[in-house]
Amino acid sequence: MTKLNRFLIPLFMLGFASHGLAKEHVITQKGKLFSPTDISLAPGDTIIFKNDDDTSHNVFASTEGMKFNLGIQKSGTETSHKFESPGDAEVRCAIHPKMKLKVTVKN
Amino acid sequence: MNTRRLIASKLSLTLVLLWNVGTDAKADKSLTSMRNEYLRPQSIPFPKDNPHTRLSENLGRTLFFDPRLSGSNWISCATCHNPAFSWGDGLAKGIGSGMKSLGRRTPTILNLAWGELMMWDGRFDSLESQALAPVSEEGEMNLPHDRMLQKLQAIPGYVELFAKAFPDEGLTTSTVAKALATFERTVVSGTAPFDRWIKGNEKAISSEAKMGFEIFNGKALCSKCHSGWRFTDDSFHDIGLADEDKGRGKILPDIEVMQHAFKTPTLRNVDHRGPYMHDGSEVTLEDVVEFYNQGGKSKRPSISEHIRPLRLSEKEKSDLVEFLKTLTSQDKAVRIPILPR
Repeated sequence: MTKLNRFLIPLFMLGFASHGLAKEHVITQKGKLFSPTDISLAPGDTIIFKNDDDTSHNVFASTEGMKFNLGIQKSGTETSHKFESPGDAEVRCAIHPKMKLKVTVKN
Repeated sequence: MNTRRLIASKLSLTLVLLWNVGTDAKADKSLTSMRNEYLRPQSIPFPKDNPHTRLSENLGRTLFFDPRLSGSNWISCATCHNPAFSWGDGLAKGIGSGMKSLGRRTPTILNLAWGELMMWDGRFDSLESQALAPVSEEGEMNLPHDRMLQKLQAIPGYVELFAKAFPDEGLTTSTVAKALATFERTVVSGTAPFDRWIKGNEKAISSEAKMGFEIFNGKALCSKCHSGWRFTDDSFHDIGLADEDKGRGKILPDIEVMQHAFKTPTLRNVDHRGPYMHDGSEVTLEDVVEFYNQGGKSKRPSISEHIRPLRLSEKEKSDLVEFLKTLTSQDKAVRIPILPR
């Protein structure tokens, strides 16, 4: 193996591995709205929900196959959810139903 | 007083004056921004799949006031949503088919064009999906949808009205719902003294009501949920009423804060719409203010974080009620339609 190959092959493998790494995405909750209001993810990615409002929220989804409930989330705190499988979910705040986030999970 | 003392005292007076001017300006700015959050919209929103036409609005009005939309032929939508009571019925709990008491107070239909979820428990996500539910509900109007269509199709005047309003669809369950929803969207509370005040007419409301507005937005925490020009953010809360009704909890049983939670109602024309709360348990606005001042009547895990003792003085409570009264508009008399035969 040449000196150049010894350097390039691990670099290529690192790049390949990092492509498959799960990512974290931040969604803020302010003014009783999600921001942004839609997001595309890969399976295994996580959304961190930041509550920048002066009131509590309760993030949940009732879409079949993608249900979750993060429970009450106080002002100034963060909570998260990992989206394991492909699909579309409408995420809402149970307290403030005008807060809607469209999540698309695809390979 | 020597010269040095005189200069020092004048300087401190000037600093105090400057400080006051600064804080007053800040308070005015904050009051202005608070007022701006309550400005009325310019037009009514209609969905793309059910746009407004004068024909569908008029048809919806006709259906709304027609008691033949019930199994008994004597209950119309307007029986409970009576325009003379600001589109409610003035009762603690609604009365349905067979004079049976319903479980909850009749909510007003004012300003629902801007609503998010319908009914006290939010079980419908549009006026179109909600409009026909009370018609077929056994305890309410008790007229199954297939029988409703048969009855309407047997009335030539209705066949003609549907053909004109919905030329591509005619008379169907869907077009009955669309017409009712369109009419309901046009039911909007008029301009109230409060609206004139936030537009700049300082004489439109009393100084007590202005103090009440500040308490509403501050110490009393009302605007945490009763926000925006309709005085609701459409949110759901358990406010600590002493009843067993699970409300939104029946729809979302796994979410703790939704147990005993109900939709935040509008406060427009509120002094014409007693008794109050989803169970009609508070008779006057003074009772409502005292209920919140006490921090509700029940303690349970689902209670909203905003429900807690407020320690309002008698003057603050009275100012709050004065403010609430400024939300009532002098609405025009409602035109009652001649029903087709």
